[in-house]
Amino acid sequence: MTATPKRPEELLLGFARALRAAGVAVTADRERTYLEAVAAVGLDDQPAVYHAGRATLCASPADLERYDLVYAAWFSGQRAGTKDRPPLPDVVPQAGLGAAESASGQAPDDPDTVRAQASSAEVLRHRDVATLSRREREALIAMFAALHPRAPRRRAHRYTASRRGAVDARATLRSTLRRMGEPGEVRWRRRGSRPRKIVLLVDVSGSMSGYADALIRLAHTYCVAGVPVEVFTLGTRLTHITRALQQRDPDRAIVAAGDAIPDWSGGTRLAEGVKVFLDRWGRRGMARGAVVVVFSDGWERDQPEALGEQVRRLRAVAHRVVWVNPHRGRAGYEPVQGGIIAVLPHVDSFVAGHSLAAFEELTEVVARA
Amino acid sequence: MDPRTTFGTAHDLTDALGETGYLADDALATITWLALRLGRPLLMEGEPGTGKTALAEALAETMELPLIRLQCYEGIDATQALYDWDFPRQILHVRALEAVEGAARDVREVEQGLFDERFLLARPVLRALRDAPAVLLIDEVDRADDEFEAFLLEVLSTWQVTIPELGTVTAAVPPVVVLTSNRTRELHDALKRRCLYHWLEHPGIARELEIVARRAPEVSAALAEQVVRAVHGIRADREMLKPPGVAETLDWARALHELGTRELDTETAAATLGVAVKYREDAERVKKALDVMLTR
Repeated sequence: MTATPKRPEELLLGFARALRAAGVAVTADRERTYLEAVAAVGLDDQPAVYHAGRATLCASPADLERYDLVYAAWFSGQRAGTKDRPPLPDVVPQAGLGAAESASGQAPDDPDTVRAQASSAEVLRHRDVATLSRREREALIAMFAALHPRAPRRRAHRYTASRRGAVDARATLRSTLRRMGEPGEVRWRRRGSRPRKIVLLVDVSGSMSGYADALIRLAHTYCVAGVPVEVFTLGTRLTHITRALQQRDPDRAIVAAGDAIPDWSGGTRLAEGVKVFLDRWGRRGMARGAVVVVFSDGWERDQPEALGEQVRRLRAVAHRVVWVNPHRGRAGYEPVQGGIIAVLPHVDSFVAGHSLAAFEELTEVVARA
Repeated sequence: MDPRTTFGTAHDLTDALGETGYLADDALATITWLALRLGRPLLMEGEPGTGKTALAEALAETMELPLIRLQCYEGIDATQALYDWDFPRQILHVRALEAVEGAARDVREVEQGLFDERFLLARPVLRALRDAPAVLLIDEVDRADDEFEAFLLEVLSTWQVTIPELGTVTAAVPPVVVLTSNRTRELHDALKRRCLYHWLEHPGIARELEIVARRAPEVSAALAEQVVRAVHGIRADREMLKPPGVAETLDWARALHELGTRELDTETAAATLGVAVKYREDAERVKKALDVMLTR
């Protein structure tokens, strides 16, 4: 151990801080539990101190990996490779696109300007995201806030009081009881509804690079809309980014998601990605009864049959599988990629996802699934 | 007996668990011991069949405490976890009061009589608090809804439950709580913060052999070794839909023993494979690979 800190508490708390800097969510009460645990096992028992930290400071397998790295660095006397939270990207305020867009600074009471502005927004709504210039893209980003994704509903397990439905024997008895056994009004009950889970699988491989940013933003609007949603990215590997996208601020969330995704604009192993999702999360419950939305052009490097098989498995556990292909929005699109042909028999809806208007349609499709 | 001071060191706990047939490695023993000592719930995650539930059973057995199990499912709520009132009996009680001439007919009195201890149906969490010390196993907490987690949080931090009609029930000693999760969804941080966390892996070959020797002593060592090696071979196949857990290893070894098998060969393995592998796709993969595996 290092000799510099004077007291063991300092050493241990310093370690907890280093762990937090490394991205593990260490809170003050966890630090306290950690100290208690170390006190209980005794500071001299090094392996026990190691395990005590793992149990009290970590909360997921990913945390355990980081813990091991930081532990090795901290207690072997080296400086831990700390990395601060990434700062917000510098957003340069742009001077709007064209005459109509810069109207925000002008007098808004000019009816022509307002109309022009509205129509330009309308055009932007229908433009293919991949063909937008940087400025147009920024203008479009502001419009994402107008999307209001809703969760589809499923029938709840529990019954709630209702005016229709079946006789609620228990409540009827209870009201009878209140009248000392005198029979009275009959109570009714029926099953309520609850939001259905949504799983978004976003392909971030090279062939989708024009759309990936917009799709992640769409996923973010889902994450902050208060619907039960889980988001994964597919590329050469599968990445769980729900946690990163849960920050309110869209820009921070996108940056955090970008940091979490190691294979942005890389190759695709779609079938493999869907398989890993099913094995590690989906079949255990995340996809069960859920509406699974896959955003991909179906560009499968390996065999398309394998992709078809995995999507068949996906559909076997999910409530609905929605396939979103941004290229479908292009005029004259034919589903010719092998991957798409293989998956089409196994999806419930096949929709476009190339523009904001298409995203709006998609949120409707999902809400009604 | 206070669970906090039952075991002096983590090694005592390892030995005690070992006597019940549960083999814990150092990490698991240290963390379990800490959970006992600090009076904190223990959150166990890991692949199905790695012994999460078995730990709670072993703890209850070695500490001679009652094991109270709460199986979570979608839509579980407080009436299934905490307590409920026995309505049919309450109604019966009212009717009985009516039948008796000259009995107390004061409404308030009758009502108070209705919300009496004897009409209370204690569900697992309440039972664990009342019968403390006890081992409370909250199984597959990831299947329950978010609201249920918030509710658990309250109980797990204060160790008390308030029943409006009766008053507050507080545990004399914090019960030993083991939560298990299969990670079908992320649990809330607030709940995780209350708990000590442990991720269970499948055991290594040597440890699994020991487990088979302890749990299924009737199986011959040679057969046990073959089965364990075969299962490890199957687990190493990343394409498997559902790799067999330790429970499957034990079942398979016992099944082969019952059939009088001395040595695992391709034929018997293929015939009994259904004990260890539960998917048709998996079974076909394994059957193809068995030849290689068993001759190696």
